Amino acid sequence: MELIMSLAIGILFAIGVYLILSRSLLRIILGTSLLTHAVHLLLLTMAGLKRGAAPLLGKGAEAFVDPLPQALILTSIVINFGVTSFFFVLAYRSYKTLGTDDMEQLRGTEDE
Amino acid sequence: MNNVIVLPLLIPLFTAVILIFFKEKITAQKWISALSGLLNMAVAGFIVYQVRTEGIQTLNMSGWLPPFGIVFVVDMFAALLVLTTTVVGIACLFYAFRSIGEERERNYFYPFYHFLLTGVLGSFLTGDLFNLFVCFEVMLIASYALIVLGGTKRQLRETLKYILINIVSSTLFVASVAYLYAAVGTLNMAHLSLRVAEVGQGGILTVIAILFLIVFSLKAGLFLFFWLPGSYSAPPAAVTALFGALLTKVGLYAIIRMFTLIFHHDSSFSHTSIGWMAAATMLLGGLGAVAYSDINRILNYNVVVSVGFIAFGLAAATQDSLDGVVFYLMHDMVAKALMFFLGGMIIAAAGTSRLQEMGGLIKRYPWMGWMFFVTALTLVGVPPLSGFTGKLLIVRGGLDAQLYGLTALGLASSLIVLYSMMKIFMQAFWGEEKLNPDRPRTKVSGMGSAAAGMFIVMILLGLGSEWVYSLVSQAGEGLFRPELYIEAVLKGVG
Repeated sequence: MELIMSLAIGILFAIGVYLILSRSLLRIILGTSLLTHAVHLLLLTMAGLKRGAAPLLGKGAEAFVDPLPQALILTSIVINFGVTSFFFVLAYRSYKTLGTDDMEQLRGTEDE
Repeated sequence: MNNVIVLPLLIPLFTAVILIFFKEKITAQKWISALSGLLNMAVAGFIVYQVRTEGIQTLNMSGWLPPFGIVFVVDMFAALLVLTTTVVGIACLFYAFRSIGEERERNYFYPFYHFLLTGVLGSFLTGDLFNLFVCFEVMLIASYALIVLGGTKRQLRETLKYILINIVSSTLFVASVAYLYAAVGTLNMAHLSLRVAEVGQGGILTVIAILFLIVFSLKAGLFLFFWLPGSYSAPPAAVTALFGALLTKVGLYAIIRMFTLIFHHDSSFSHTSIGWMAAATMLLGGLGAVAYSDINRILNYNVVVSVGFIAFGLAAATQDSLDGVVFYLMHDMVAKALMFFLGGMIIAAAGTSRLQEMGGLIKRYPWMGWMFFVTALTLVGVPPLSGFTGKLLIVRGGLDAQLYGLTALGLASSLIVLYSMMKIFMQAFWGEEKLNPDRPRTKVSGMGSAAAGMFIVMILLGLGSEWVYSLVSQAGEGLFRPELYIEAVLKGVG
C-alpha cells in the first residue's frame, strides 16, 4: 500500500513542479496546491498505513492508526488554505494592476 | 518549568490581537505597540539573566512531559537572540512611526508587525520541529502581508515571487518532517537528537539532513538566495530593515540548531556541504554587492554576504567558531537593521536610490554621513566596533579547523563589504551636491533618532565585547555540547 501511495505522491510532485515552472500565474498556483496535496499524503504515508481503527477511544479497538500525523496534516492543511487564498487574491490584484498574468512579463528590470 | 519563557511570544501575539480593534486610532496603535515592545524587551532581558544564573529553562506546555507535549526551551543562544530581536524590533517600530505613512498604518501595519515578531520569537523558543514549522508560517504569512502592504506595482510583482518561493520551501519543510518522523518517530528536538544518535546517522538520515539544509537555506538566503535581492528591495525601509535583520537570521538559527543539536554525528558530508554553500554565498553575494549602483541592491547583497559568513562559522564547528557565530549573529541583526535605516534615510534625503544621481549629502546631513561611515566600519569588523569580535572568533575557528581557503574567502568578503559600503559613502555623501538647491531639506530627524538609538546599541555591543562574550561563550558551549540541551529537556523522563 505504501508503495502505491508513494508512486501517486511522486506523480503529484512531478505535475506540481511542472505546473510551477510554467508561465501562467494560475497554473503556478494550481501547481502549489498539488504540491501541498502531495506532502500531506506523504505525511500520512510516511507515518505508516497499518490497519487499525480510527483514532476515537469510543471504538474500543485493540489497535488504532497513528493519530499524530493526522493532527499535523490538519494543521498544515489550514495553513496552506490561508496561504493559497492570499495567493489567489494577490494574483487577482496583480492582474488588475499590472494587466498580465504572464510571469515572463513580470521580471524586474526597470532598476538594473 | 518556567512560565516566563513563553511571554516573549504571548506579548506580541496579544498586542497584535488588541491592535486589530484600533484600526482607525493610529495614536493608540503607536502607544500600545511601543509599550508592548518595551515590556517584551524587559522580559527578554530577565530571561537572559535567568538563563545566566540558573541554566537552560524549559516549559512543558499543559504539563505534558516531553517528548509527548510541545516543549519551549531557552538556552543562552535562544535567549540572546530573543533579546536582540526585541531590541531590533523596537528600533524598527520607532523608525516605522516616522516613515511608514498613514495609509499603511490604517491598514493594519502594526498588527502585522507584531504577528511577525510572534513568529520570529516563537521560532527561537520552540523545542519541537513541527511547532517550528508553524512559527515559520506565522512569520512568513505576516511577512507576505508586510511586503505587499501599500500595493505598488513593484511590491505586487516581487511579492508574487516571494510567496511562491516560500510556499515551495514550506512544502519541502513538511516533506522533510514527514521523512524524519518516518525514520525516527518523534518530533521533539531533544528526543530527535537522542534517537538519531541511537540509530546512528546513516545514509537516510544524512539525506534528510541535507533536505532540511535546503529548506532552511531557502529561508536564510544561504546559497539559494536568488529571490532575496529583488524581494527585499520592494517594501519600504522600515519593513526591509525588519526582514534583513530578522527573517534570514531565523533561517540561520534553524540551520545552526539542526546541525549542532540533531545532525552532528556524521558531520563529514553535511558540514562540508555547508562550507561549500557558505563559500559560494560569500562569493556570489560579494559579486552582487560590487556590481550594482542601486543602494537597495547593494545593501541586500550585503545581507547575503553576512549569511555566508555565519554559515562558514557553523561549518568550522569548533568551540571558538560557534562562539563567534552567536556573537556575529547578534551583531549582524543590530548592524543590518541600522544599515537599512540609514539606507532608507539616504533615499529619503536624496529622493532616489541610484548612486549616480546623488552626491554631497554630507553638507546637509553630517550626522547621517558619519553614522553611515561608522556603521560601514562595523560591518567590516574594524577592532573597537562590534563586528570585530565575532569575525575574529570565526576566523580563529576556521583556522583551527584547517579550512584555510574558506577563511581566506571570509576575510576577502570583508574587503568586498568595505568596498561596497564605501562606494555608497563616497558617492552619496562626498562630491559636489547634486540636489536641486530649491528642493526643501527633507526632514529625516525622526528616522534619525531611531537609527541613533540602534547606533548606540551597536557601539555598546562593541565596547562591551568582554562582558557580552561571557554570555556568548555560555551560548557557544551549549551549541558545542548538545547533551546539555538534551538533559535539560528530558530531565527525569528517562
